[in-house]
Amino acid sequence: MALLQTVDLKRYFGETRAVDNVNLSIEEREFVSLVGPNGAGKTSLINVISALLQVESGKIIFKGEDITRLSVTERVKAGIARSFQLVNVFDDLTTFDNVALAIFSREGKTAHLATLAHLDHAVADEADRILNQFGLAAKRSDNARDLAQGERKLLDVALAYALKPKLLFLDEPTSGVSTRDKAQIMDTIASVVRGEGITAVIVEHDMDVVFKYSDRIVVMAQGAILAQGTPDEIRKNEQVAMVLLGSSGPDAFTRKD
Amino acid sequence: MPAARTGPSLLMMLVVAVPVIAALAVLPRLVDLYQTELLIYGLTFAIAALGFNLLLGYTGLLSFGHSAYFGTGAYTVAFIVRDLHVQSMELCILGGLLSTLVISALFGYVCVRHTRIFFGILTLALSQVLWSLAFKFFWVTGGTDGIRVARTGVTLLGGLIDFKGSGSYQKFVYAYYYYVLGLFVLATAIMWVIVHSPFGKALQAIRDNEIRASFVGIRVRRYRWLAFVISGCFTGLAGVLWVPLNGLTTPEILYWPFSGEIVFMTVLGGFRTFAGPIVGAIAFNYLKVYAVASSQYWQMVLGCVLVVLVMLLPTGIVGTLARLATKLRRG
Amino acid sequence: MNTLVIQTLNSVFYAAVLFLIAAGLSLIYGVMRIVNLAHGTLYALGAYVSAWAVGTVFGATAVGNIVLAGQLLLLPLGALAIAVVGAVIEPTLLRPLYRRPEEYVLLITFGLLMILEDVMKLLFGGTPLSAGSIMDSMGSVRIGSLLYPSYNLVVITVGIMAAIGLWWFIYRTRFGIILRATSQDRRMASALGLNVGRVYVQAFAIGCFMAGLGGAVIVPAQAAVLGMGVDALILAFVVIVIGGLGSLEGALVGALIVGFVRTAGIQFFAEIELAVLYLIAAAVLLVRPTGLFGKA
Repeated sequence: MALLQTVDLKRYFGETRAVDNVNLSIEEREFVSLVGPNGAGKTSLINVISALLQVESGKIIFKGEDITRLSVTERVKAGIARSFQLVNVFDDLTTFDNVALAIFSREGKTAHLATLAHLDHAVADEADRILNQFGLAAKRSDNARDLAQGERKLLDVALAYALKPKLLFLDEPTSGVSTRDKAQIMDTIASVVRGEGITAVIVEHDMDVVFKYSDRIVVMAQGAILAQGTPDEIRKNEQVAMVLLGSSGPDAFTRKD
Repeated sequence: MPAARTGPSLLMMLVVAVPVIAALAVLPRLVDLYQTELLIYGLTFAIAALGFNLLLGYTGLLSFGHSAYFGTGAYTVAFIVRDLHVQSMELCILGGLLSTLVISALFGYVCVRHTRIFFGILTLALSQVLWSLAFKFFWVTGGTDGIRVARTGVTLLGGLIDFKGSGSYQKFVYAYYYYVLGLFVLATAIMWVIVHSPFGKALQAIRDNEIRASFVGIRVRRYRWLAFVISGCFTGLAGVLWVPLNGLTTPEILYWPFSGEIVFMTVLGGFRTFAGPIVGAIAFNYLKVYAVASSQYWQMVLGCVLVVLVMLLPTGIVGTLARLATKLRRG
Repeated sequence: MNTLVIQTLNSVFYAAVLFLIAAGLSLIYGVMRIVNLAHGTLYALGAYVSAWAVGTVFGATAVGNIVLAGQLLLLPLGALAIAVVGAVIEPTLLRPLYRRPEEYVLLITFGLLMILEDVMKLLFGGTPLSAGSIMDSMGSVRIGSLLYPSYNLVVITVGIMAAIGLWWFIYRTRFGIILRATSQDRRMASALGLNVGRVYVQAFAIGCFMAGLGGAVIVPAQAAVLGMGVDALILAFVVIVIGGLGSLEGALVGALIVGFVRTAGIQFFAEIELAVLYLIAAAVLLVRPTGLFGKA
């Protein structure tokens, strides 16, 4: 049984079909890349699945249960977490506090108002461990606002990861950072995700990254799934090349520099 | 025990708090009765501002209607003393907290479904409902004349201390000062724990990024409501303590400009710090007293102070001092 | 039957003044996304300035048609004065704060409120200032068996004209288009070459003009007193909450609703008339968070 299955998922904005009858299934432990030109509906799809946007029609089945009516926090509790294209972190909390908060929330401890947060060593140790995994340990005591852009993107992912989700959606985790940072971020994400067998769906534009890390690639255009398959299959798919690059042929996906 | 834990150092906090409390405890011996009485007012407003800032500084919600909870606390005491003939201050506190709990839970439920401007307007409108009730139902509330609560009518510590007979004014000021001081220290300690708890961190997360907070699994509306209720109760306690001191409660403390004063106090001290509201409330109290004494246009004086504050010192007294301290440490 | 007509006229009269105040507040919010807590005080200032101008120029006992005409022409002076005040306030006190969180603007307008309240006390003293001679001079009209002040009808007319005028201004003129563009997307407007700073100060001045006009037209019927501004602001908020922030139609409908509820309230449940209004506002916010016509 697939971990996630969308059934005829639709979301329109007036005339625009942001999500147009999408039937997507994600298997456990898969590393899926979601690609497509701008406006293809990738972020909208994630927004619908994570409950940031409401479903127009269709269903979302997660771990065998229909989660279409669940709220954001209910889906988080069910095991879906996401990061954001435009960084969404807690700017006036320290990097450590950011991650610790996610852990507190996961453990159901955020209702505790009579205990001091920093006295919870279990949470603190885990937060430090996660910071280490993401290479943010040095910036532990800095406010999230003061981090470099690459670090902020990593923190965004770390926040989602700290929730120990069954399914992780990462929306353009490497956008807006330098090429060198891009590689570093993706390596970090991949090692964490693969190392722990987390099912991940990543929206990406950089096809090198996509080909390097994905088990499966899903190509979207105009709100619908155009094609999906292994990197090899996609590489050879001419229609996909047309849509993504404007040209086709065996060398279409090779960087010409 | 790993090095450099992020988190407030209990030691640091005690290093600051103990001398301050000691100084406050010794103060009545050093200054005259009037100054002591003034400081009691300052301490009650400090409790109000402390409660208010849980919403503003820590949860990111600007309420322009906190006079409602201060007034609820005050009028509850007035009713208890006048109509139930209760004298015990402890029972008054209990009653006041209870009524404030109910009102803030109710108002909070309505208000937290909105944010920013709408939240502010809604808090203002609801506090005005209470004001208009106090104003219009004069046969119950005494209208603009208000209700008197004589200090001779209250007792502290379950009746152990009363204020009848001669010399009672002086006795009252001294005893009440320590009573309020004790409650102030308690309230501050409780609030300190709350803002440094996981709950407090969740509130700050909501303040910083409510969308992300929900995506981290925090039920934003519920936590805002909880913060609202706690905030209202603190301010209600302040109102309860204020009434025997003032001897009188009138609709004016329910009128929205008083809510504005609570905001002013907090911003004056610095709403992004823990101690800011305390410092600001005490400072504002002195500021207002001296402004009123020195000019009939004291409102203009205070208004100018606020304008200068917002434009030049937005982090308030404590915030600015903290920044200076950081600069000195570096330079 | 006659009393019903009178009550209706009273409601519309009250609504006309409220509309002027609320429309100004709403316009400022619609374009600049700020709420001016001193808006009610500006209304009061307009009332004071107009009453003072009429009283100074004509004296309390002057009568006659020419005098009346002169007095009526002087009234808008109050409104213009407030527009000027607004044009001074926006660039000096508000503009430096736009980059900061919006709470700061709210705070500074509260400081402004405190300052202006005392400025009025300073300039005009504590006694109420009236321009009642205007109302007396205009006499009354006969409605059935009852008499109704003609001046009130003038106010109603002014209100209607203001509503039409504002609507035409915002939706039919070039400046109105600029206003709407800037309100929807400030950066875009700037990128298109619009001088956002100038649009802001103009919008603010117009909003203040409306408040001042409200004060100017009410003062013949109701003397200017200290504290009228603070009371008026709350009512303006109620109007806007019901009608929707940033909406002209909302200000109109909200003002009418408040006007009628108030008149009915005074008739039937005077004690809680105010409370009823505030509760209606809270109820509307519960059901339709953005008000009847509001934009988010």
